[in-house]
Amino acid sequence: MEKFHFCEGLVVPLDRANVDTDAIIPKQFLKSIKRSGFGQNLFDEWRYLDHGEPGMDVSQRKLNPDFILNQPCYKSAQVLLARANFGCGSSREHAPWALQDYGFRVIIAPSYADIFHNNCFKIGLLPIVLDARIIDQLFLEVEATGGYFLTINLAAQTVTTPSGDAFRFDIDPFRKQCLLNGLDEIGLTLQHKEKIRQFEQKRRIEQPWLFL
Amino acid sequence: MWNLFIIATLWDNPKVLRGAWKMENLYDKLWRQHLVHTESDESDSMSLLYIDRHLVHEVTSPQAFEGLKLAGRKPWRVDSILAVADHNVPTTDRSHGIADPTSRLQVDTLDENCDEFGITEFKMNDLRQGIVHVIGPEQGATLPGMTVVCGDSHTSTHGAFGCLAFGIGTSEVEHVLATQCLLMKKAKSMQILVDGELGYAITAKDIALAVIGRIGTAGGTGYAIEFAGSAIRALSMESRMTLCNMAIEAGARAGMIAVDQTTIDYIKGRPFAPRGEHWEKAITFWRTLKSDEDAVFDQVVTLDACQIKPQVTWGTSPEMVTTIDGRIPDPLQITDKAKRQDVEHALEYMGLMPNTPINEIFLDKVFIGSCTNSRIEDLRAAANVVKGRRIASTIKLAIVVPGSGLVKHQAEQEGIDKIFREAGFEWREPGCSMCLAMNDDRLAPGERCASTSNRNFEGRQGPGGRTHLVSPAMAAAAAVAGHFVDVREI
Ligand code: SF4
Repeated sequence: MEKFHFCEGLVVPLDRANVDTDAIIPKQFLKSIKRSGFGQNLFDEWRYLDHGEPGMDVSQRKLNPDFILNQPCYKSAQVLLARANFGCGSSREHAPWALQDYGFRVIIAPSYADIFHNNCFKIGLLPIVLDARIIDQLFLEVEATGGYFLTINLAAQTVTTPSGDAFRFDIDPFRKQCLLNGLDEIGLTLQHKEKIRQFEQKRRIEQPWLFL
Repeated sequence: MWNLFIIATLWDNPKVLRGAWKMENLYDKLWRQHLVHTESDESDSMSLLYIDRHLVHEVTSPQAFEGLKLAGRKPWRVDSILAVADHNVPTTDRSHGIADPTSRLQVDTLDENCDEFGITEFKMNDLRQGIVHVIGPEQGATLPGMTVVCGDSHTSTHGAFGCLAFGIGTSEVEHVLATQCLLMKKAKSMQILVDGELGYAITAKDIALAVIGRIGTAGGTGYAIEFAGSAIRALSMESRMTLCNMAIEAGARAGMIAVDQTTIDYIKGRPFAPRGEHWEKAITFWRTLKSDEDAVFDQVVTLDACQIKPQVTWGTSPEMVTTIDGRIPDPLQITDKAKRQDVEHALEYMGLMPNTPINEIFLDKVFIGSCTNSRIEDLRAAANVVKGRRIASTIKLAIVVPGSGLVKHQAEQEGIDKIFREAGFEWREPGCSMCLAMNDDRLAPGERCASTSNRNFEGRQGPGGRTHLVSPAMAAAAAVAGHFVDVREI
């Protein structure tokens, strides 16, 4: 997993609640057996005017000029400002993969769907939760200001606006350490190998029907 | 032996000891019984949870197997895994394999990974093949007291058996493959109490949609839901699976129902179920898998079963739902700006006018299937409605996609396929099909569908497609009438 310390990123506002994983990355792109290359199809149905299929040359496709990500001032945004229940729907990790591959490093929303939220941490994409009122304020500021940047400091757990307002966010200490150090969770779990074996052994004796 | 085990566990873990004094709900029990390690004594600390059953399908596993191999690792416990391809498989003639090369590659990749590691897999032409959440229980591979995971959000289905079952992402699929464990935090608990008797033709699907209509699609976020109450106790296992399946649509990763005689009767004799002496021991234990009396929940929601009417969704989220005698909402009546915009957006996408009565919505296609409603009981309920009738001439396509080869076989034994065929339905091979349209079954832009699946998101059943979620009986009635009708009145 990539390390995450600090991000000073251009913000793009996606003013829609309940953005689901089918919208983030439509299912036809789930047929890939790779982990990369999903960024070009992020929000595919909203971003392009034609219907996208895997293997299409996106440079030949017509962009939807009304979709926020296509507006030139938001080009190369790294921070996605979103609304409540972002990432609801399926468990597809392709959704965070697509966001990361597109260039996003941070998402800021008042709430997320559980599985999506969890999946983000696994790949080093930081999903920050801020109070809905602060989010409202950020939306107003971003929409009023061209080239609006936010500074995210993971160690200090702060989001800082251009005018210097700093908002603190919560994060689980374990997840924070994993992000800061780019730790491999599987490796960490395997440090408990013996404990897992003992647990399993006991289970094998007590509930042998669970083992085929 | 049990006592010894409990004492040993208590000895090992002072936290468990403390926990054991207080009344526990079902989720507390399942969590405690699988806790391998916890970082601290705090109730929300990161914990290592042991996973008993890992279900695998072709879409979310290739990158996990690749990661495993790149790190030079092997699956920790091959016998915990059951694999099947369901999302990409065609539901028409399979004798020539899969035509779409990208779909084929994904299914081939699953086959290769399973063969390489010796993982049990039901291949595409195996009679036991089907939707992963249908075949787990059908095979007895889902058993009470298990933790069940799958790289698929509808894994909540398996909670119907008194399991802790939830969907995971691909990194976690790899984590379970490599360690047999998952790192997670305990969720909060919610009890949804449905008491009373369900009315005629009201199904678990209607309960599920009514619950989502009440608490919203984020209402269960951060919670594990236990469904309880006399109406739940009265449900068959198939119906319980339908209900737990939809828990994720209420935002809850897990939905569960306590074990009772219905659970035990369903499992008995299934291929992976315990037998003989193990069976007796198992059922003694399974009967303990229920919330203690007086157990507390972080939240309790109550519903009166006899008030639930047939449900129909009208928008692009499962919470956008009303009853068959309802109307499309009018955005002008909604004061909250964000809500109003949501509704306006949804109505535009759905091509619906405010205040239209639900039973004046005409349909192009009807889909009976998906891990929510493709089990034998669902097919019987739908067949019951269409028996001796014909689908309306305005319906372009009505398909029935059984959840598994075995469901299909059983339905054919009962003559259900004939009823559907005579009514004008197509009778297909098992798989996910038009639930998410990864294969060739899909809606064309603008087409409207009555669907027994679980998601009505934009483009879910095909780009520009419009989905209305309903129960199998309601879908069948709509197919016959050409528009939504109250199944209780036909
Ligand atoms: S039937 Fe639909 S919801 Fe169920 S596993 Fe398949 S695609 Fe997912």
